[in-house]
Amino acid sequence: MANLTEPERKTSLVRRLLRGFLGELKASVPKIVPQIIAILLAFAVGAITLWLTGYSPLEVYGAMLTGAFGDAFGIGQTLTQATPIIFTALAFLFANKCGLFNIGAEGQLLIGAFTAALVGISFSGLPFFIHIPLALAAGALGGAAWGFIPAVLKAQRGAHEVITTMMLSYVALYLTSYLVNYPFKAPGWVAQTVSIAPSAELPRILQPTQLSASIFIAVSLAFLTQYTLCRTTIGYEVRAIGFNPSAAESGGISIKKGIILALTISGAIAGLGGAGEVLGVQRRFVEGFSPGYGWDGLAVALVGGLNPFGILLASVLFGALRSGGMTMNRVMHVPLDIVSILQALVILFVAAPMLIRYLLKRGGIKWWNS
Amino acid sequence: MRSITKAFAGVVADDKIDLIVEKGEVHGLLGENGAGKTVLMNILYGLYKPDDGKILIDDKEVEIDSPRKALELGIGMVHQHFMVVPSLTVVENIVLGREPKKNRILLDTNKALKDVKDFCDRYKLEVDLKAPMHLLPVGVQQRVEILKALYRGANILILDEPTSVLTPQEAQELFKAVQALKQQGKTVIFISHKLREVLAICDRITVLRRGKVVGTVRANETNMDELAVMMVGREVRFRFDKEQQSNQKVVLRVENVETMGDRGLPALKNIGFDVRSGEILGIAGVEGNGQTELVEALAGLRKVTAGRILLSDIDITKISPRKRIQMGVSIVPEDRQKRGLILDFSVMENLMLGSHDSPPLAKSSVIINMEEASSYARRLIEEFSIKTPDKDTLAEHLSGGTQQRVVLAREFSRNPKLITASQPTRGLDVGATEYVRGKLVEMRNHGCAVLLISADLDEIWALSDRIAVIYEGRIVAVKDPEKTNESELGLLMAGGESD
Amino acid sequence: MVELVDVINIGLFAATLRMATPITYGALGGIFSERAGIVNIGLEGMMLTGAFTGVVASQWSGNAWFGVLAAIAVGGLLGLLHGVITVGFAGNQVVSGTGINIFALGFTGYMSSVVWGSRGGSIGDVPGLPEVSIPFLKDIPIIGGIIGDHTPLVYLMIIITVVSYIVLFKTPLGLRIRAVGERPDAADTAGINVYRTKYLCVILSGMLAGLGGAFLSLGHLNLFAWGMTGGRGFIALAAMIFGKWMPFGALGASLMFGFADALQMRLQALSLLPPQIILTIPYILTVAILAGVVGRAIPPSNYKPYVKE
Repeated sequence: MANLTEPERKTSLVRRLLRGFLGELKASVPKIVPQIIAILLAFAVGAITLWLTGYSPLEVYGAMLTGAFGDAFGIGQTLTQATPIIFTALAFLFANKCGLFNIGAEGQLLIGAFTAALVGISFSGLPFFIHIPLALAAGALGGAAWGFIPAVLKAQRGAHEVITTMMLSYVALYLTSYLVNYPFKAPGWVAQTVSIAPSAELPRILQPTQLSASIFIAVSLAFLTQYTLCRTTIGYEVRAIGFNPSAAESGGISIKKGIILALTISGAIAGLGGAGEVLGVQRRFVEGFSPGYGWDGLAVALVGGLNPFGILLASVLFGALRSGGMTMNRVMHVPLDIVSILQALVILFVAAPMLIRYLLKRGGIKWWNS
Repeated sequence: MRSITKAFAGVVADDKIDLIVEKGEVHGLLGENGAGKTVLMNILYGLYKPDDGKILIDDKEVEIDSPRKALELGIGMVHQHFMVVPSLTVVENIVLGREPKKNRILLDTNKALKDVKDFCDRYKLEVDLKAPMHLLPVGVQQRVEILKALYRGANILILDEPTSVLTPQEAQELFKAVQALKQQGKTVIFISHKLREVLAICDRITVLRRGKVVGTVRANETNMDELAVMMVGREVRFRFDKEQQSNQKVVLRVENVETMGDRGLPALKNIGFDVRSGEILGIAGVEGNGQTELVEALAGLRKVTAGRILLSDIDITKISPRKRIQMGVSIVPEDRQKRGLILDFSVMENLMLGSHDSPPLAKSSVIINMEEASSYARRLIEEFSIKTPDKDTLAEHLSGGTQQRVVLAREFSRNPKLITASQPTRGLDVGATEYVRGKLVEMRNHGCAVLLISADLDEIWALSDRIAVIYEGRIVAVKDPEKTNESELGLLMAGGESD
Repeated sequence: MVELVDVINIGLFAATLRMATPITYGALGGIFSERAGIVNIGLEGMMLTGAFTGVVASQWSGNAWFGVLAAIAVGGLLGLLHGVITVGFAGNQVVSGTGINIFALGFTGYMSSVVWGSRGGSIGDVPGLPEVSIPFLKDIPIIGGIIGDHTPLVYLMIIITVVSYIVLFKTPLGLRIRAVGERPDAADTAGINVYRTKYLCVILSGMLAGLGGAFLSLGHLNLFAWGMTGGRGFIALAAMIFGKWMPFGALGASLMFGFADALQMRLQALSLLPPQIILTIPYILTVAILAGVVGRAIPPSNYKPYVKE
């Protein structure tokens, strides 16, 4: 490496990253089969639901497809929808590697979005290379705080994080609603804040879509997450606790510290996603801006095989569901909830690993009389 | 049972086994750990389905696909790991599955108590029926297991390694009970790896080795050496070369230590002992007398409520597990799959555990140096002859003996000052057992202080320079192996006084 | 001027009982499921679907009781689904439960649009459950006002709590359920059908959750609104934990949560604080409860999927 010039070293690094990414992809292909089957099954059941309620599945899916990928605008919107989902999926993933279920990513996203908006609004005249990182940091901190609370409760009191993160999600929902309807409300009818300062805006990268630089942050975060999990002591300890807390403890790892770190970082990632939305897409905090990105993240994490690169792929799928869904809803007046139904079906089918084995005739299921 | 074959994940546990048991006899099933005895009996009890072969009872072929079916056929089993529900009472555990009913819906507790009492009297097994299971000592729990089988009408009783959790005296009680069962016309299959017992109690003995039947003999027509050869196939080394040690300093001193157990009762009560460099102190005792809690306290995983632990004169009582590892404390835990290894981690990642956040494996204690870790792993794999396809194989794919080598490699290559080995050869075959014991002696010869905790008296005899006996959380005696014998130790282990 | 008696009065306590009812049903369902070794995070979804089904069936048939039965049936079906995934396919229990919750939200929203043209909720009259006055109870001073007039489902809640206790601790079935949850291998060797017991319990938990949902929609408001369970399924889980997996404990805990709920509604009606802040009270309370549970709450069961070789 020492004999290469600067630019050559940089390209070599990029090439190595790319090769690493493609290598991971290739290695994951056989493992992806259950997920693909789960997706297909989910769409099949969804089709039945549509058909039974008077819609034509082919038309509906067709509208989704053209809406999502039909033209440059569609693709841009798909990627825009995919971006926050990447964040929430990585958030779920990181906590999950430690054996924890963070289902409060939605709330952490909201808090992070609000704190970022606050920083975006409160300062003016700052150069963008200070304002943007500041706002992003605020978003991450807000989300981190929202992850820290259940983290401490779990580590110190054994409070089940599924319930506490869920409850805090509700609190976040109402809290941000209050803040945006009362103290920080902008004049007018809509429940939203004033715009953030131009110096805090993340640039749009594909006019006229809403796709912003936030997606670069998201993709980098995916790489960073993978690196952290595999090559740092923090990642090692988190995974050790996730697989076998007893052995981890015997190896000198502090379980309490690990749990707190994992859930807090998880919250921070989700908060960062919220910040990205505010700074890049909405440019203000609008009540209800998230159609459930937190839940999408959960589904994407599972479909992505709990792997950052799988998450990148799966998020495109779910981003397509969202943007294509909007088209479908506009054009065919099919309720948007079908997207949630498809999401849930994917989760349910992915949750049952032996289902796939059974279908591939390799295992048996346990019925009543087993 | 004829030609029974059973394989798990490609590993053949039982290979065309023929076993014939006569009515009213006590039949011993002898073999080492992993020879296939438990698997065979689990098939008989309906917990596993054989891949091949058939079972005949009273010359009629039967198919046993569940414990329920086995019970219907009169087969009962007392497992090595008791199948009791801790929060239920004794009588509830016994009648589970065959509960007497009042008004067709409610549980008739009084009838249950009366019925079970009948059995207790008949087979002379004394138990407090209303006590919750988790408060009872192990020997009593075993009695409950036997009662359970009898209550369900078992005529064939399978006892799986029943004495592994008993003191020598409790084992005698068990043998008396087995004789009583035989007198009542029951048939007993006695699974064990302990030659002495099997010879003492059984009428005929079938020996298994590596999943195959080696032979069936009458107890009164054979002896220990013959059985040993049948079991193992070769001579076994029982003694190791221990070099003379000089200049031995006290490495570990445990002073008046007290800790609580998991159920709110004290586990260690004013326990104290020393271990010197270059010696192996063996702690003998029946499981459940505080050994587990002692190991946890030494590791820093259990809070010490009184007393001190000193490592080379430094008070480590309040020091974290992580620091203790860095100070040279090594633990070989009794449950390698639970506390020793992370099965989902690779061999390399397991070898790193404990050293993963210090140089040379970690740069600036945050980033892992993958090259260093890889070469470290490769070196250890070679040094300790760890049988693995490569360093990235997941630990769960290794055999028990290989897994234990990984644990040893990790712990010993840190050049520890103190090694605490808890039940280090449990569940290992003879070859692996020899290796582990040899390694412990090697570390002792290099000047390490070794604390050996084992329920296997043979192991304690073979390895220890001094023997301590633990009973109810205290050290009740420390003996020179040359100056004591098994019955004295057995007495001490059971809480008796020696002269 | 707002007087204390405007907030703290007999109506508040009567409302407490009412608000506690769906939570109790959920908690009881949770107890049966968890005692058999299955974590049921999907109580929220089962409750919501029950609420929806109850309204649809009631409107269609003109009879609220038919709605209740339909809700119980649908809840049971979702329980069966959870059982198939977690027991049949040894799937992850938390993921399955969360999937059911997401499904319920989406499905009820979707079907609302299909049935009523609006995903916001039901339109038109919905026959609701009658209120019943129990003559001699009602006449007891003070307490009569609290417990005298209620929908039958409220009284049923107390009855089912008592029955649950009896079943779990005084019958062979309860013994088996507890054994299956704590040590499925021991139960198996005792000849008990572990899988069947688990299925039974998880279906039962779905049925109870559905019943709770039916009460929510038909017992007082006589309508369905999108997402009307508002996290009560999760609060039911907290009540179950706080009640240490005992029916009467869960009832007590649910009453406490019901009180918080009733209080929150009264405060909102009096406009003392912005509505959103008041709405957070039950959730913060739940988190505080979980944080404050003395010692660590140890569940009575082992949640690993039981797979025979």
